[in-house]
Amino acid sequence: MSVWIAVIATGLGCYALKLGGLLTPQSVLEDPRVRRFTELVPVALLTALIAVQALADGRSLDFDAARMAGLAAAVGALLLRAPFLVVLVVAAGVAAGLRLLGV
Amino acid sequence: MTAAQERSRTRPDRDHSVGAMSATGTEEVAGADESARRAAVRDGLGVGLAVGVSGLAFGAAAITAGLTVAQACVLSLLAFTGASQFALAGVIGGGGGLVSGTLGAVMLGGRNALYGMRLARTLDVRGWRRLATAHVVIDETTAVATAQRGPAAARAGFYTTAISLYLTWNATTLLGAAGAARLGDPEAIGLDVLGPAVFLALLWPRLFPARSGGVGGRPPTADTGRREVRVALAAAVIALAATPLLPPGVPVMLAAVAAVPALIRKGEKA
Repeated sequence: MSVWIAVIATGLGCYALKLGGLLTPQSVLEDPRVRRFTELVPVALLTALIAVQALADGRSLDFDAARMAGLAAAVGALLLRAPFLVVLVVAAGVAAGLRLLGV
Repeated sequence: MTAAQERSRTRPDRDHSVGAMSATGTEEVAGADESARRAAVRDGLGVGLAVGVSGLAFGAAAITAGLTVAQACVLSLLAFTGASQFALAGVIGGGGGLVSGTLGAVMLGGRNALYGMRLARTLDVRGWRRLATAHVVIDETTAVATAQRGPAAARAGFYTTAISLYLTWNATTLLGAAGAARLGDPEAIGLDVLGPAVFLALLWPRLFPARSGGVGGRPPTADTGRREVRVALAAAVIALAATPLLPPGVPVMLAAVAAVPALIRKGEKA
């Protein structure tokens, strides 16, 4: 039963944080400095997420050659201005192909 | 109309969330808005499908950690934020304390509060709509919304991502949890690359506008995105440096510090 409490408490807590952000008073958000900050926060958090998903495994740094090759292929596809889904297919395809070859 | 004229006509305002729509009213701009909206919907469906697949991994991880199928599904329905869900399952699987595990998982949801602050203006929702919208303020919806040109496209991208991802994430959680034993190695088909590739593709136009093919309906511009690149690099370094020192998920939250100089510096316009 206590796992159920943890599951429901996590759900409620996560929702409360999401709602808290949306409920921030407009007067606070209209300050130019706060606006600059909130404009850049997604860039910071999403890049950090990319870095951690690409190069970390739990609490240790982890260089996986196939995964990095897949991401490099994604960068190549982006430079060639490939559409979004093509970028994803190329990235996963390269990583899967290299792993099939035993990299 | 030449390609160059086309580009300059549709060049987004620097502050795309509020400025780009100021010239509405002419048919030309309405046409550009419509194509931006369609591109946003395409992005949203792509993210919903691509990231939704990783619900399989969550479902399987939850069962491996000792949650029941029902608990895994309720967590996806109620929490609907991957990092927190994986964190709670990890603590339960590792035999950690439920109270500290719950607090840690909720703390990881802190970045959604920051996203909400960014999106409040763009989404501009009130009443029950705000209560419902809050539930889907997460990494993916923010990434798609902030990649769009103009608030109408941002809203279209946000809600398309939200609905498609909510449906796929919960369906794949159930599939992953119910079929955990039969699920092969997700890395074998490159699923571990999908997450970072999705966010990279969505951030790309903001980081390298001149080298972007207009993902999210944004046309390429001469704008350099240099400040964004600085913040991005600093955030990546902070997150990686903190990874060995802090529990999983916390380094990403800490990386918000990279955006703090914008809060301190005075003068410069947004």
